[in-house]
Amino acid sequence: MEILSADFFQRALAGGLLIGLTAPLIGIFLVLRRLSMIGDTLAHVTIAGVALGFLVGVYPVGIGLAFALVASFAIEKLRKAYKGYAELSIAIIMSGGVALASLFFTLGMGYNTDVVSYLFGSIYTLDTTDVYVVLAVTLIVVIVVAAFFKEFFLLTFEEDAAAVSGIPVKVLNLLLTVMTALVISTAIKIVGALLVSALLTIPAACSLLIARSFKSSVVFSVIIAEIAVVAGLMIAGIWNLAPGATIVLLLICMLILTLLGKRGFSA
Amino acid sequence: MKTDKNTVQDAVCHDSVIELDHVSFAYQEQKVISDFSFRVRERDFVGVIGSNGAGKTTLLRMMVGLLQPTEGQIRLFGEPIRRFRDWERIGYVPQKNAFNPLFPATVREVVLSGLYNNKKLFRRIGREEQRKCDDALEVMRIGEIQDKRIGQLSGGQQQRVFLARALVNKPDLLVLDEPTVGIDAQTQADFFELIFHMHAHHHMTFLMVSHDISMIEGKLGQEPRDHCGAIKFYVRHSHEQDCAIPDLQHSLV
Repeated sequence: MEILSADFFQRALAGGLLIGLTAPLIGIFLVLRRLSMIGDTLAHVTIAGVALGFLVGVYPVGIGLAFALVASFAIEKLRKAYKGYAELSIAIIMSGGVALASLFFTLGMGYNTDVVSYLFGSIYTLDTTDVYVVLAVTLIVVIVVAAFFKEFFLLTFEEDAAAVSGIPVKVLNLLLTVMTALVISTAIKIVGALLVSALLTIPAACSLLIARSFKSSVVFSVIIAEIAVVAGLMIAGIWNLAPGATIVLLLICMLILTLLGKRGFSA
Repeated sequence: MKTDKNTVQDAVCHDSVIELDHVSFAYQEQKVISDFSFRVRERDFVGVIGSNGAGKTTLLRMMVGLLQPTEGQIRLFGEPIRRFRDWERIGYVPQKNAFNPLFPATVREVVLSGLYNNKKLFRRIGREEQRKCDDALEVMRIGEIQDKRIGQLSGGQQQRVFLARALVNKPDLLVLDEPTVGIDAQTQADFFELIFHMHAHHHMTFLMVSHDISMIEGKLGQEPRDHCGAIKFYVRHSHEQDCAIPDLQHSLV
């Protein structure tokens, strides 16, 4: 139990709570725009950046972030070039990211264990810098989403109608893409690149089942993610389990419960 | 095309709402629309008919700024479309299959979204907007279902929701892109009745893309005013008899 009051655990909790706010906030827009897989893609590209960061000795999350940003612009470009095949752009960038990551891996054999911690997450190794970076990203995401909430709603509901209303669709698409890159590159140290997608999509998947309005679905998905993060960290801390995996498995349990509960109600 | 007398009368009577000036459009090499000019005047009801692939969706998307013509110019309310900023003057009812039925949004949220435009950026939705929304819900008789999720409604109800959203700003121009696809015959007939009633009694201009030739000919007359390749334009102007009187009176009716 004393683990819960340890400094590293407190930092983990702070980082987890922040990501538990931003990931579903962005995730709901991605899911509704049929871009669920973008999380995985950007995470893999971020890993390539992190590996390069270790290789050249620069703050890995910083390089990962830069990689994620470039990749997200590339996805937007490809998405337009192959209209109606949004998933194609995602597949191309994902394999590119994995290829780069494995290239950098093999170039610097010595640091493999550090990179592996980004693949599966190592929330207990968050240092103060990491927590401040996550805090900055959280502030940006919350302010931007709050400022353009109604425009993002219309953009997600119907892009054409948004354009005909004179809403700056291109700028908003770009903002959403940049925020996605920010959230993913900071989230991978917490849940891991292989699991980050779960934190983006599963809360949204749960709330789509229970919420009637858009506003309530946003609120529900944040609540679901926060419950999973806090409970997951506690359980993992007490029973000495992998925290990232515990959070994701909890999310999946919550989704199953929601599905069963929904079936129970409608039966 | 038009006689001089007509042109003079137009100038006195009604302003242009949409002007296509020698517009062409090509996808890569393939020319879809070539050198087409057309004018929609205030209080016109323009029905656009054409088979699939004739380019009517392309034309419509150009008219609302979703596509840029490869050549020529488009003006909305007299303003070149690039510089046009008064988007709240245009109500748009998209094709019904454009939205995802699982989308978590209530009827009220969808209707309110008709008020979001370039001039409402960074502005909160206040009491005035809520009142406009209540109005639109009441006019379309969807007040009772305002808290329902949009995907749970019937096709006809969804259509009224999208119409309410397009009307919530009291637009001067209403653009409808095949609004009745996938709706049963009776609901379609009711919908058209409502639209044509609005045309007759309100100061509004309509542009509707449709595949229902018999309905368009029945409401707008047998003879198309103009055509662009295989696309036909049927036009009917409301209160035609008053148009010769050059005063403001009938514009205010």
